[in-house]
Amino acid sequence: MKYICLGYHDEKSWEGKTEADQQAMMDECFAYDDDVLRKNGHFAGGEALQGTESAVTLRFRNGKVDVTDGPYAETKEQIGGILILEARDLNHAIQLMSKHPGVKTSTFEIRPAADISELIRESEKRRSKKN
Amino acid sequence: MENIRTVVDEVYRSESRRVFATLVRLLGDFDLAEDAMHEAFAAAVEQWPSIGVPTNPRAWLVSVGRFKAIDALRRKERLKEIVSDLAEEVGPALYEMEDRDEAKFKDDDLRLIFTCCHPALATNTQVVLTLREVCGLTTEEVARAFLSSPSTIAQRIVRGKAKIRDAKIPYEVPSPPDLPERLDAVLSVIYLVFNEGYSASSGDALTRPDLSGEAIRLARLLLELLLDTEVAGLLALMLLHDSRRAARSDDHGDLVLLEDQDRSLWNRDQIAEGREIVERILSTGNFGAYTVQAAIAAAHAKAPSSSETDWGEIVALYDILLRAAPSPVVELNRAVAVAMRDGPAAGLELVEAILGRGELSEYHLAHAARADLLRRMGRKGEAKSAYEQALTLAKQAPERRFLQKRLTELGP
Repeated sequence: MKYICLGYHDEKSWEGKTEADQQAMMDECFAYDDDVLRKNGHFAGGEALQGTESAVTLRFRNGKVDVTDGPYAETKEQIGGILILEARDLNHAIQLMSKHPGVKTSTFEIRPAADISELIRESEKRRSKKN
Repeated sequence: MENIRTVVDEVYRSESRRVFATLVRLLGDFDLAEDAMHEAFAAAVEQWPSIGVPTNPRAWLVSVGRFKAIDALRRKERLKEIVSDLAEEVGPALYEMEDRDEAKFKDDDLRLIFTCCHPALATNTQVVLTLREVCGLTTEEVARAFLSSPSTIAQRIVRGKAKIRDAKIPYEVPSPPDLPERLDAVLSVIYLVFNEGYSASSGDALTRPDLSGEAIRLARLLLELLLDTEVAGLLALMLLHDSRRAARSDDHGDLVLLEDQDRSLWNRDQIAEGREIVERILSTGNFGAYTVQAAIAAAHAKAPSSSETDWGEIVALYDILLRAAPSPVVELNRAVAVAMRDGPAAGLELVEAILGRGELSEYHLAHAARADLLRRMGRKGEAKSAYEQALTLAKQAPERRFLQKRLTELGP
């Protein structure tokens, strides 16, 4: 079963770390990704995100799309990366992410992936009828 | 026929939730298991008069429940996939009427408790799920116990089961590394239930006996399944608290303080059992916070009268508790004990230190304790404002009446 893991962290606190500390942290995380997650078939995808300075948010307001600079919400912790995890069940997902070195500096939100294949099929049916 | 009905009722009372727990494992779904369990008991009423009461009623009910559920699923076309999975797993065992795997059954009870108390569920949800699915209370009974409406409770239960299903919370006993923490969660749910019954958080009656009894029953069940000193410690703690139920409130439903309680009303059997458990655990040298709290309750329980209470022992136990489970509330309770041992001034200093740190400022008992100490020191004006502060924070009618009475006694 797929679980999407969102890692939230305090960007300022990460920037405040020495390069050596940052490298050590990254080494630990990447090692876990490779040696534990990828090796055992739990890594179904993932991306690190550029910092919130590069973020852009789109909202529909007053009949048109509003483009603003910055992330969705101005919170202290922001999403730093996403990981698509393949796990047996929630306990397994929790076990895998609890041992991820990233948990020491990031908050992980684990969301079960929604299976919308039925909804997609029905939508395809409706759209093909129209055509 | 009359006799069989009675037998089935008794079996229902003692076994229905355990049959349910196993069916959840076999059918992989709470609602399917509930229906199957009821179908099984209906079948028992029909068949036992002619075939007799089985030697292992639980195993019979599980087999029949499982059979009927799979049969019902077969008749529903869209569930073909589930059926083929189950059929693959179950196979010829489907027709075995006696499953003698007692060890597996025991694990099923544990699976149920740990699943209902999973940290992915909100605490409120854990509590109502446990009461409904493990204890077998009806939705109405749970609603009454929490002074809520059946529809609110029903919704919480439905959402809880949906989360278990959708997030795929597995039906399993936690693995050894996870067990201590998960067990802590279960114990805190049980203690929450007990406290809700022992000292209702709002409303008119001081205690709601049913919930306390359920909590004690739950702890006994858990102890049967899992030999663990903290489970025993919690059981002892609850027994010792519960032993004072009859003496805690007077005929008007008003609060009677520990020091004023008629000790002849204390339940001696519960005290004996609680004390025995405490002594047994303490002698192993391996114990946790619940056991220490139980030891404190035992120290009170063994005193024939309030004046013979060994406050020195109690303060010493609080010292241990503070190391095991430090918290401002424990500090507060220790301060009250220190006041009893060394006089109100010593206790007051400790209470004011806690409040001075900004802690417990919203806790009515902190202000009530401070008020009481000031009162005993003759500082009436300050005692009055402290009682008033406690009153603004106290929610329970009997506690409010008590605080009001103290205020009135202090005069203008």
